[in-house]
Amino acid sequence: MLIVAIALVVVPFIDLPTAGILPDRLNAPGSLQLLGLCLVFGALAMTYDLLFGFTGLLSFGHALFFAAGAYTFVIAVTVLRLSGPAALGITVAVALLLPLAIGAVSLRTSGIAFAMVTLAFAQAGAVIVGQDPWHATGGELGLGMSYEKLPQFLVGVVNTRYLYWISLALLIMVAGIIWWISGSVTGRVWQAIRENERRVQILGLRPYTFKLLAFVSASFLAAMCGVAFVLLVGGVNPSIVSAEFTLTLLVMVVLGGAGTRWGALVGGIVYTFLDQRLVAMAGSQAFASLPAPLRVPLSQPLFILGVIFILVILFRPAGIVSLFSPPARRRE
Amino acid sequence: MSTIVLLAITGIGLGGLYFLVAAGLALIFGLMRVLNFAHGAFLLLGGYFAWLVGAYLAGGAATVSNLQFLAMLFVATLTGAVIGTLTELVLIRPLYRREIAQVLVTVGLTLVIGALVIGVWGADPKTFPVPAWVHRTTHVLGANVPNSRFLLIGAALAVLGALQLFLRRTRYGLIVRAGVENRTMVTAMGIDVRRAFTLVFALGGAVAGLGGALAGVNFGAVSPGLGTALLIDAFIVVVIGGLGSITGAALAALAVGLLQQFANYYIVGVGDLSIVLLLVLVLLVRPRGVLGSAT
Repeated sequence: MLIVAIALVVVPFIDLPTAGILPDRLNAPGSLQLLGLCLVFGALAMTYDLLFGFTGLLSFGHALFFAAGAYTFVIAVTVLRLSGPAALGITVAVALLLPLAIGAVSLRTSGIAFAMVTLAFAQAGAVIVGQDPWHATGGELGLGMSYEKLPQFLVGVVNTRYLYWISLALLIMVAGIIWWISGSVTGRVWQAIRENERRVQILGLRPYTFKLLAFVSASFLAAMCGVAFVLLVGGVNPSIVSAEFTLTLLVMVVLGGAGTRWGALVGGIVYTFLDQRLVAMAGSQAFASLPAPLRVPLSQPLFILGVIFILVILFRPAGIVSLFSPPARRRE
Repeated sequence: MSTIVLLAITGIGLGGLYFLVAAGLALIFGLMRVLNFAHGAFLLLGGYFAWLVGAYLAGGAATVSNLQFLAMLFVATLTGAVIGTLTELVLIRPLYRREIAQVLVTVGLTLVIGALVIGVWGADPKTFPVPAWVHRTTHVLGANVPNSRFLLIGAALAVLGALQLFLRRTRYGLIVRAGVENRTMVTAMGIDVRRAFTLVFALGGAVAGLGGALAGVNFGAVSPGLGTALLIDAFIVVVIGGLGSITGAALAALAVGLLQQFANYYIVGVGDLSIVLLLVLVLLVRPRGVLGSAT
């Protein structure tokens, strides 16, 4: 694990050809941005897994908190013209208060009803972002980030490596917190709630408080992923608030293996990588010579990802990571 | 006055469209406890196949004859029924007793079908051919109401009637209703409830397919985003009405359609927000929905 971490840290110093797997040479800005994106979405998938895989809360509104972090930061820097640290401060406040309020209301329901309430809140967020009543979000077009107030090392294509390191630092922070917390007493209560909520209640604990804690932690971390995402991409657009985006997170988590140490991370990275690179593959020479019935579906990354996803559910319910571990405990 | 009439009829028409999507969802969830995310994809395919037939029959013209239009609706319904049946047999059936996995597999199917539609027909909207009278308006109490609204209302009423007849008057309808009440008991009586599963998927798919064609009429075009957009509204309708209740879905669809139209008229853009608020309110006051049974 340490070796992997060190390897990831030194990537921007290694000038290697990547034989078309990445858009450019290994340490070129384009490649680093793609890798950074994979790391951010890997981290984001882990935050979703904290809810879905560990605590058993099927939320359809997780994208809202990712988007809240992303939008708050961009608006603070671009519209309110705040400095980087001040913008981050505001984002942290929003990232704690918004999930606290929404979680407190949503968690009064459970099961499918909970999924629907969170979906409704996310929909409300998507509507507000899309219609932009206060002229802050840029509506359907989204918002580009102004770099004037940000430190120099974050600006410009040559400095992509710093953004890559920020993404990596974010991932390490998120993974560290999630691994630590899921091994703690609180984490064990979360898993107990997933297995049998009534029993937790009978043991004298309040599941509501623990679920709210899980909800706020996961949402806060998701918002931090949002900040890293805008730094990397340079702006926001409403697609990150949509219900489809939450479904994408669900696909990442299940693809990798829900409720496992590495599953969500692997799922997030694999999904993002394929989603980004399959488009480029579809534009290649060898691809154009395929007959249409093969070429048309294969040119759609979501078709391939969807098929892989269905196959994983049918034949490998424990996710991709289960391919590398012995079939130990079976869990429904 | 005329504005209110127009808004009311348009709202009811929209409610009719929501009902066509929500009816199948409610049936499937009621019987099988599966939240069918692929329902939007059934609708999408129904809409596109209807457009395909319509574009072929119209031969470049913008309108079709009534008979040709009926053929389009029939094809849409058939498409929905076939894809619904296949989904149940191929994807849902191997996953019995794994309810979360069943939901997930329908999510995967949505991705696949959505991507296929974009791959085959492109991302741009396709103009949907309709009979000439659908474009005209009818004078009702001082308001000029587009005929497509009446078409939606008529179709929704017909489907509601047919579903109620099926559920109340046929033996299979009896099994479905009994299954919604208590699946274990039905199985214990020696009835193979799985056939009812396939049946509700076929029925729900057929209604969703028809809904896809009518969504094409309502919006004047079919586009790849059609399924997801209507699916979320339909989810909201089903949850408000009570998961598993057809009558509940019909009432909720009506309420949601009307609320959305009126809210949008008085404050632009508030319509979507208001139905979301309605949903949250209903769930907090009465989590099982207006007509949902306690489980």
